[in-house]
Amino acid sequence: MNAPLSLLKMRFLMGLQYRAAAAAGILTQLFFGLILIMVYAAFYTHNGEAQPMTLKEVVAYVWLQQMFFALIVLWQFDGELFELITGGNIAYELCRPWRLYPIWYAKLLAARLASASLRCLPVALVVFILPEPYRMPLPASPAALLLFILALLSGLLLVAAISMLVYISVFWTMSPVGSVLMIAVAGEFFAGMIVPVPLMPDWMQTLAGLLPFRWTVDFPFRVYTGHIGVREALAGIGIQMIWLAALAAAGEWLMGRALKRVVVQGG
Amino acid sequence: MSLITLQGIGKSFKVAKRSAGFAEAVKALFVREHTIVEALRDISFTVREGEIVGYIGPNGAGKSTTIKIMSGVLVPDAGTCTIMGFTPWKDRVRYVRHIGVVFGQRSQLWWDVPVIDSFELLRDIYAIPPGIYRKNLDMLTEMLSLADIIRTPVRQLSLGQRMRCEIAASLLHDPAILFLDEPTIGLDAESKIAVRNFIRTINRERGVTVILTTHDMHDIEALAGRILMIGKGTLLYDGSLSELRSRYGTQKTITVDYKAGASPIDVPGVQCLSRSSGRAVYTFDSDRIDITELINRLSAGGELADVEIGSPPVDELILRLYKEHRV
Repeated sequence: MNAPLSLLKMRFLMGLQYRAAAAAGILTQLFFGLILIMVYAAFYTHNGEAQPMTLKEVVAYVWLQQMFFALIVLWQFDGELFELITGGNIAYELCRPWRLYPIWYAKLLAARLASASLRCLPVALVVFILPEPYRMPLPASPAALLLFILALLSGLLLVAAISMLVYISVFWTMSPVGSVLMIAVAGEFFAGMIVPVPLMPDWMQTLAGLLPFRWTVDFPFRVYTGHIGVREALAGIGIQMIWLAALAAAGEWLMGRALKRVVVQGG
Repeated sequence: MSLITLQGIGKSFKVAKRSAGFAEAVKALFVREHTIVEALRDISFTVREGEIVGYIGPNGAGKSTTIKIMSGVLVPDAGTCTIMGFTPWKDRVRYVRHIGVVFGQRSQLWWDVPVIDSFELLRDIYAIPPGIYRKNLDMLTEMLSLADIIRTPVRQLSLGQRMRCEIAASLLHDPAILFLDEPTIGLDAESKIAVRNFIRTINRERGVTVILTTHDMHDIEALAGRILMIGKGTLLYDGSLSELRSRYGTQKTITVDYKAGASPIDVPGVQCLSRSSGRAVYTFDSDRIDITELINRLSAGGELADVEIGSPPVDELILRLYKEHRV
């Protein structure tokens, strides 16, 4: 088994060690999903005007958010990596025969996959059998489902590349608080985690289109519901790839600079 | 040919400074004061294959910094370092396969899972072939008596148990060089001895070159044929322990117990440190006074029950060396 796979396995083992945390996570996800849908349902019943998304599409959007929460939420940061930099255990990381950017990237993916897999299935089991209007709709078409999976996975790669920049910034700031807060507030919103992007005012949608964040949440979820068509989805996956390449290249370059001036904290 | 060559290595750090108090803290938001601390200055030495080198010096002298440069973690500001043909910070990924490192104050084991899981992860990280892994694991388990603790989560191990696991973890991939940064820190006597014996064995039987930093001079006495001493960033002494002893260690103490009825006597040239009925402690310079003759003269005071001659502890020698160089 190679190192990244092995790290993934380690993550699962650690996740399984804390079963209560996983169970609490599942309940939280269901609770927030229900509350959000309640709010949207009330909004849709009392507002006659045609909205850019149907209630069914919004319901799917909300449940996908809750199911894949751990995969795509930007502010889920891995305290272990921050700890490595600010606590000085980076010394051990640098004694291993690996390049740091790829392996940290793999660690982030592993953490997200491990925590999502412990939550996704239980939440899915519940939401597909809820009564209407809370029930999770099926994907628009088999093609939509396939493209959704692709878009979700490259969204995951993209989220990891964005958060890598936050980790690297800690080499300079020595405290994750500032960078995490900034990226969490801005990224969270423009990703469509709080309000789906089509429900935003036009100028805000334009701004969201210029940033990488919406490609991690808004885009894959709307592919699932068919709100974004097949052809548009294919083009979108291409754009995701371009963002990914740019962000990863920037991260790798910054990491190289950070490591040249690394200081092992605490002697 | 030497395995490790350091030539003129220098490294300085920028340290932020501010005085205590709220006003100062606010001021530091806008203006940061920095001072440059020279951690290492022109460090040069070589190490041959199969040596055990003790790297000593007071806190903050630069021991850990040197170890981190040699293990590829830190990039020095000046100088060259060649280890097994590699420059550690430039060829880091290829180089670190050949070394094992233990930072005594940190842990390389995953806190929440049993030790064996960490070992298997290291096996995958270093891509250790299954046969070699099995063999090394068995050997390390036996030599460091890990059999009972290998299935316990790391957070439930005592410090001594954990340190044994840390050392095992750094040797799974058959490194040629082992860097130990304070491997006996905080250990009890039994664990210290176990660790020392193990280091000696691994050096003798597998030819692993060992470089260790420590504050415990018993480590040095038990292990290191050679001492490198560093103080305030510069190398102050490079030589064997016995050389150090012969330079400073000619002062000896002699403790004499007399049988009942005898009274301790004075001998010219020998200083009496303490005296009670039946017992006296003297100190003398073994270059100037012959030991046999001294015992003969002391026995004139009465029949001797016991005589004990001691050298000053290594700690004292080191302290004198520090004092001489004002570190």
